[in-house]
Amino acid sequence: MNVHIHKLEKIWLTFGIAMLIVFLVVLGVATFSMGMAPPSHSHAIDPEQIENTPPFDEPGLKQVGENEYEAVMIAYTFGYKPNDLTVPVGATVHFKVTSPDVVHGFAIPNTNVNMMIVPGEVNHITYTFDEAGEYLVLCNEYCGGGHEFMRTVITVQ
Amino acid sequence: MEHPVDRRDSRLVLSHIIFAYIAMLLGGIAGLLQGLVRGGMIELPAGIGYYQLLTAHGVLMALVFTTFFIIGFLYSTAVKTLGGKLLPVARNLGWLGFIHMAFGTLLATVMILLNKATVLYTFYAPMQASPFFYVALVFIVVGSWMSGFGLFYQYKVWRREHKGKLSPLLAFMAIVTMLLWQIATIGVALEVLLQLIPWSFGWVETVNVMLSRTLFWYFGHPLVYFWLLPAYMCWYVMIPKIIGGKIFSDALARLSFILFLLFSIPVGFHHQLMEPGISPFWKYLQVVLTFMVVIPSLMTAFSLFATFEISGREKGGRGLFGWWKLLPWKDVRFFAPFVGMLVFIPAGAGGLINASNQMNAVVHNTLWVTGHFHLTVATSVALTFFGITYWLVPAMSGRTLTARMNKLGIIQTILWAIGMFFMSGSMHTVGLFGSPRRTAYTTYGDHPDAVLWMPYHVAMAIGGTILFIAVLLMIYNLFALMRTPQGYTEYPIAEVTEHAESTPPLLERWGVWISLVVVLILLAYTVPVMEMLQHDVPGSKGFVTW
Repeated sequence: MNVHIHKLEKIWLTFGIAMLIVFLVVLGVATFSMGMAPPSHSHAIDPEQIENTPPFDEPGLKQVGENEYEAVMIAYTFGYKPNDLTVPVGATVHFKVTSPDVVHGFAIPNTNVNMMIVPGEVNHITYTFDEAGEYLVLCNEYCGGGHEFMRTVITVQ
Repeated sequence: MEHPVDRRDSRLVLSHIIFAYIAMLLGGIAGLLQGLVRGGMIELPAGIGYYQLLTAHGVLMALVFTTFFIIGFLYSTAVKTLGGKLLPVARNLGWLGFIHMAFGTLLATVMILLNKATVLYTFYAPMQASPFFYVALVFIVVGSWMSGFGLFYQYKVWRREHKGKLSPLLAFMAIVTMLLWQIATIGVALEVLLQLIPWSFGWVETVNVMLSRTLFWYFGHPLVYFWLLPAYMCWYVMIPKIIGGKIFSDALARLSFILFLLFSIPVGFHHQLMEPGISPFWKYLQVVLTFMVVIPSLMTAFSLFATFEISGREKGGRGLFGWWKLLPWKDVRFFAPFVGMLVFIPAGAGGLINASNQMNAVVHNTLWVTGHFHLTVATSVALTFFGITYWLVPAMSGRTLTARMNKLGIIQTILWAIGMFFMSGSMHTVGLFGSPRRTAYTTYGDHPDAVLWMPYHVAMAIGGTILFIAVLLMIYNLFALMRTPQGYTEYPIAEVTEHAESTPPLLERWGVWISLVVVLILLAYTVPVMEMLQHDVPGSKGFVTW
């Protein structure tokens, strides 16, 4: 196929496509060699048996290293269990969250913590809380009539 | 004066357009109320739910207004470019499609009003609506298929009668648009027919949630290109005629439509970047495919501005930007779509941000995304559709576009742009702060972050109110256009410039392009979908949580 392309358009497209390639390479390098892949954990769990399935039989905060914690949480209509966690400043927290009912969100405004909680799957995300404060955790996926009340707070002190 | 279009054809086209605008009015009322609730200005009376309104707004605007308008518009292009009138088979299929879609819309609206389907227009399982809501969706989709087959039939007969000739550009674009829709809706049809209907009637107990979401977004992203391509038809083919110019290149216009067809479907994962159960490799692969649409977008931007400059210079525009002033700024047929084009620059840039793999975490499910698609579909596309309405309705009904209607159209466009500046601008900003989309009024227990969002929510409500006034004016304009004096209104179709090279026939070899689409879809989806089917995730029972 031979489509004639105007000289100026060739310059415009060449520049555009070159920028595109650079951009995609940056995204790819950051994703696969700098550990910035989006939360994509694959881990099956029976949503009806969550309370009998470790680690969700004992949701809560568990210390796993020096100022490093694992937060096992259940996102349900319309709240998070456990509610109101407290961690020290500088703590690295590995969140493991699942849902016993519908799809929920798990987002902490002003951070990059933002993931979908899908029943039947456990999603994971890690975040280091370098500053003290009361971090709002909210559901950002519509989950029913009380969706706007679905929240908790993580206190960093 | 002679009636320009067969009355039976204009009736079919106008029925679609009027139905579309009635849906927009109802969706607009829902949108206004949502804005006022979220801004903390009113509370809903009589047990109406915020999420009920949100479902109605999404279904009526995103699915009904767009689909009806587009099918009406595409049929008008077939009338104008493929033989002067519809063949009886095509016309009958058009009506059959209209009746199915209209019935589906009514049934869905009743289910939403009865609060049996407060699941938003994405109806994510395992939230479970009444089975009749899903049945209503089947009617809408199957109806649109019938209309599509009518268009394909008209095109096929034209080509048989014009062997070896290149089809008209406008008809080619209409066929690409409808083909995109037919291939895309296979995903949502599989989701609804094989998963949601058996599950909501209770014939099966559980549903595979990740599979249903994946099938939805296989459809959900090309859906946005189904909205956009008819606007591109106006930008490529109608606008050059309106400004007194010619089409920059027939071959490049066709090539860009083919590229949109190829790269708008195998990309649904960029809506699912924050989800478990899909590996980062497949997400990234679909992100790369998503960004391929940058190429036809750059081609389109170049052609459009080349057309503007060439025609401005032919009219005597001098200097680097002298041609700019010679564009017909006071002609609503140009002005409304042009504002849409300008808005598409920030809108497209926002889209690049959304699709940027890990960076999506900053904006996913925040009001930023709502702000984004209120620029793309609700401004670039909607203003172009409004611009089309000002000549399509009089051209179809044998009336004139009067100076008064033209002026009202300019005012409507400006009102829309101002309203959207406040609403979408605030949505983008507060979304970056983390305010979630699809959420009723709340301050999250007066959390300081959420309290800071409130002024932006108020600005959204003000913008939404201005937009609602613009919706009312548009509805008035539509009906006033059907009462202007009888006469002739041009259906603007530009010719290709004599400097353009001839178009390679390969661009119309559908077998080649459809095969390529299938290959790309299989490449992007086979492995991750097999993983979803084989992965031992127990299904979910249905929940009614509203």
